[in-house]
Amino acid sequence: MSDLTSLTLEAAVEGLKAKRFSSLELTQAHIQAMESGRALNAYVLETPDKALSMARAADARIASGAAGPLEGVPLGIKDLFCTEGVRTTACSKILGDFKPTYESTVTTQLWRDGAVMLGKLNLDEFAMGSSNETSAFGPVANPWRAAGSNQTLTPGGSSGGSAAAVAADLCLGATGTDTGGSIRQPAAFTGTVGIKPTYGRCSRWGIVAFASSLDQAGPIAKTVEDAAILLRSMSGHDPKDSTSLPVEVPNFPSFVGRSVKGLRIGVPAEYSAPGMPAEIQALWDQGVAWLKDAGCEIMPVSLPHTKYALPTYYIVAPAEASSNLARYDGMRYGIRAEGKTLTDVYELTRAEGFGEEVQRRILIGAYVLSAGYYDAYYLKAQKVRRRIADDFAKAFETVDALLTPTTPSSAFALGAKDTMDPVTMYLNDVFTVTANLAGLPAMSLPAGLDSQGLPLGLQLIGRPLEEGTLFSVAGALEKAADFRAKPRAWWRG
Amino acid sequence: MAIDAATVRKVARLARLRAPEERLEPLAQELSAIINWIEQLGEVDVEGVEPMTSAVHVKLPMREDVVTEGGDPAKVLANAPLARDNFFVVPKVVE
Repeated sequence: MSDLTSLTLEAAVEGLKAKRFSSLELTQAHIQAMESGRALNAYVLETPDKALSMARAADARIASGAAGPLEGVPLGIKDLFCTEGVRTTACSKILGDFKPTYESTVTTQLWRDGAVMLGKLNLDEFAMGSSNETSAFGPVANPWRAAGSNQTLTPGGSSGGSAAAVAADLCLGATGTDTGGSIRQPAAFTGTVGIKPTYGRCSRWGIVAFASSLDQAGPIAKTVEDAAILLRSMSGHDPKDSTSLPVEVPNFPSFVGRSVKGLRIGVPAEYSAPGMPAEIQALWDQGVAWLKDAGCEIMPVSLPHTKYALPTYYIVAPAEASSNLARYDGMRYGIRAEGKTLTDVYELTRAEGFGEEVQRRILIGAYVLSAGYYDAYYLKAQKVRRRIADDFAKAFETVDALLTPTTPSSAFALGAKDTMDPVTMYLNDVFTVTANLAGLPAMSLPAGLDSQGLPLGLQLIGRPLEEGTLFSVAGALEKAADFRAKPRAWWRG
Repeated sequence: MAIDAATVRKVARLARLRAPEERLEPLAQELSAIINWIEQLGEVDVEGVEPMTSAVHVKLPMREDVVTEGGDPAKVLANAPLARDNFFVVPKVVE
């Protein structure tokens, strides 16, 4: 396989600028990698013709000296972002062959900055899942396997296709979305870097909605620097999203490599979940030691409402989802089932179109919002959510960022979910949902391998709009961890 | 609070999801397990706490009440399961 696919995004931008290779060559190499990586099921739609024409246009702009910050760089796009004229499914049957007549704001900005689209990436249906197994297109395979094993593992979810494609060098970077950990958990499971920025940093316009008060877009990338470059292009105020923040976008890449000396890093006691594997605790301790060496001051902090974050999330997210997904009625787009009455058509369309987990969450959402239960569940959850956000606000009075593990385990086997009850599956998000509830920026980066040879991630959580601090701290951790392991390329057959 | 099959039937109807009879009981058990787990929120003292409805402390922006885009029925109908003469064709609603 070509060396061009093993480049970082940062190195590819440099190489293109120096004319060591063209975007066409770079894109062709990635199209080839994408085609020989089909066993991973990371892409649900390949758009090679579009990629080649975008690459030619990028080469022309490079030649004329009008290159943007991502000029000529091939990316994968999570199939939750609407792409004009290109099938967008949210990996649900209900959207059928939906071809948006508009482009999401985030992807519009990526193309504005010169990026090239390779195709659409697999995800859990409507981003509801933590293993990519609820996708109507079938699960993604994690490029990583345990040492000496041929068992297929989950890449995590919901941005499983994005994480797998980046880990297997099937693109230079990818878009993801994160409602409860859907960027950070797959990043941790695949040895990649993922950041969910502050709520409101990226426009949600044109992203298929799951839970609107929690959903945020962000990149999955090979390095901290690459994530910073991508996030800079993806961010920015958009009048078409009323919750988009009217603030300047900092030069995120300039924060990577800055000294972290004197920064105060909080270690929340409540993230030591009982039964947490010793390896996860050891990795966390190692992260603390690295940051101490880099000159950070480590401080214990308390986030007393942490244990209530997951049950709060599983009221707020399904409630918002049941409301958002009411639009799929078979009338204006997507599939329509046959039925005798209008109600029949609605009910049968939705029963046929939505998968099991999505239906389960719609039912939970409709239940907690229904007359007589609204105050007991939904209103209560909104109040506990405030408590959780207040815990963070208090901690951030004394610390600049928090360090935690990203997940309570490394990647688990595909199919393991069939033997788990839904609540056990939800526990995967125990360390990540808190940042969504509080709207805070949070990032995962690879920090080591477990005893099976599988990647593990560390998570950093920051103050609102202080992604820059996260990039600086992540840069220091990345340097100390020196994570260079790559999965063995079994998928090439 | 346990959810029974009748409640599942009612909620499924509210959500316009057709749930087959034989699925009602298993769904009731699954949903009960989730709701029972959620009940632990009862432990949290939320006396005097303002419900958090948004993660950003920004007032919703208002814009001029004017048409900004439109006049493109072909685009609006492009993904319709059934359309005719610039209209969506839907099942008969009123007899």
